[in-house]
Amino acid sequence: MARPATITTFDEAPATSSLSGQTLARFLRSPSAVAGLAIVLLLVLAGVFAPLLTPYDPAQQDLRSVLEPPSLSHPLGTDQLGRDILTRILFGARLTLFIGAFAVAVGMVVGVPLGVISGFYRGTVDLVIQRVVDLMLSFTTFLLALTLVALLGVGLTNVIVAVGVSTIPRFARLVRSSVLSIREVSYIEASLALGVPSRRVLWRHVLPNAMAPVIVQATLSMGATILTAAGLGFLGLGVQPPTPEWGAMLGEGRNYIFTQPSVTTFPGLAIFLAVIGFNLLGDGLRDALDPQLRGRK
Amino acid sequence: MVLTVFFVAITVFLMVRLLPGDPARVIAGVLASEQEVDRLRTRLGLDEPLWRQGVIFVSGLAQGNLGTSARTSNPVTEEIGARFGATLTLAVVSTVLAVLIGVPLGAFAAVRAGRFEDLLASTFVLFGISMPVYWLGLMLILVFSIRLRWLPAAGAEGPLSIVLPAVTLAFFSMAFIARITRSSMLEVLHQDYVRTARSKGVTQRAVVWRHALRNALAPVITVIGLQFGELLGGAILTETVFAWPGLGRLLVASIFARDYPTVQGLVIVFALLFALVNLAVDLFYGVIDPRVRYG
Repeated sequence: MARPATITTFDEAPATSSLSGQTLARFLRSPSAVAGLAIVLLLVLAGVFAPLLTPYDPAQQDLRSVLEPPSLSHPLGTDQLGRDILTRILFGARLTLFIGAFAVAVGMVVGVPLGVISGFYRGTVDLVIQRVVDLMLSFTTFLLALTLVALLGVGLTNVIVAVGVSTIPRFARLVRSSVLSIREVSYIEASLALGVPSRRVLWRHVLPNAMAPVIVQATLSMGATILTAAGLGFLGLGVQPPTPEWGAMLGEGRNYIFTQPSVTTFPGLAIFLAVIGFNLLGDGLRDALDPQLRGRK
Repeated sequence: MVLTVFFVAITVFLMVRLLPGDPARVIAGVLASEQEVDRLRTRLGLDEPLWRQGVIFVSGLAQGNLGTSARTSNPVTEEIGARFGATLTLAVVSTVLAVLIGVPLGAFAAVRAGRFEDLLASTFVLFGISMPVYWLGLMLILVFSIRLRWLPAAGAEGPLSIVLPAVTLAFFSMAFIARITRSSMLEVLHQDYVRTARSKGVTQRAVVWRHALRNALAPVITVIGLQFGELLGGAILTETVFAWPGLGRLLVASIFARDYPTVQGLVIVFALLFALVNLAVDLFYGVIDPRVRYG
């Protein structure tokens, strides 16, 4: 009953044996990661197709039907000005993702190069950058964003800048520590020994290898950023009414919590769900990209 | 630490003065005449050159003087002093609550790793770290104050009034501490000395609480310190929700009133608090880990 031994050559190997294939397979095997991805996709779809998903306009007032409970014509009820809450939440998804993405981009564009330079060149540059990062961290995230908005003034752009700046230190720290360890790897030493200019080694070899944790951090930061931006909106220091921003909706709606709780319940639920989505997705990506870290959250 | 707070103070000072906008014009209001604005500028010392303002500010700071509130004309230190206790009480009660629930929850989840109880605990942790603190506060008010009428919704009168704000503020830290405790415990539970203890016949309870947890606590305590920063941020929102008469509400009110001296003073006090807590954490390592000693 001898069966011929099967020899798998590289060409015949299943596609999943590639590094990215394995990562994808690991990601898809985790129910929580897939749930996170589903929530985030749902959010993106809601934001993109908001005008098609609802017959109402987010700013359209109807003073004959204010503070209505959920009904067939208004599935999540209406607010204090008779605006449809579901419509405002759908349009709010667009704004939330917009703020989150741009703020995280600000954090990455400034934080990643700072971290790379700090970790690669070390010495005095590192020292100076790290003291600045320490300084920003000692403000603490929310307070830093709040102080910046207080000084810059409210509005969409300032909120993005303020929240974005408050995420810089995390990116800088994270990238610095990856770069410090990558720098010691032999292929970097080999490149430098072969006379490749250090700047080229830095951007072509070190940075790409430091990116995996940055992607994870960016995803998790989306969640944190949404919370911070909505918190500013809640205080009345974020995006201003009548823009359908979830935090601002919550802040305005809290005055009606005694008469119509749905005005506060649903926008808050939307923020909560969005943050859960990004947190699950971030954790899922981390587990998939670095199986050694599994379970060690 | 003194240096960090000093740099925070200088940064805030520079931010207030270098960012666009004329504080005197803003405080005086749109309707004020040019003369009124000029008078206010002189009164606030804003007509001095930047370096002179800096020197005045720093020498005042060294003497514990944070300037005068533009809103109430009282010294900023007085405004802060009057509300400091309320915030400190809230922060301490919340931290205690977060540690007392978070640490055992995380340890429990680690012991039951991979089982149903672990999944339940992890779900709780996910909810905790994803929860908008301001929304949680409103929902708790809805259930416990409006529907059940058990607890007051706002203010700081009587011992019951701290329950909802403290639970609200503690929630995020509780979840975060549980998460770190779980991962730290998971690592420790696979160590040789835990196996040795088990093979000696030490009971499961003693292994977990005496041998494993003690060794798993160092990262947890670091996190408790770092967490305090988040807690201060959360306090700003929680105090607003519950009308808690603390520093957070003062900060929000001062921002709306463009009371820059008070905003500046509060940011410095928050940074100082955060630095002090982390100093305390550093010193506390020596207590839980005899290998760490400070000469």
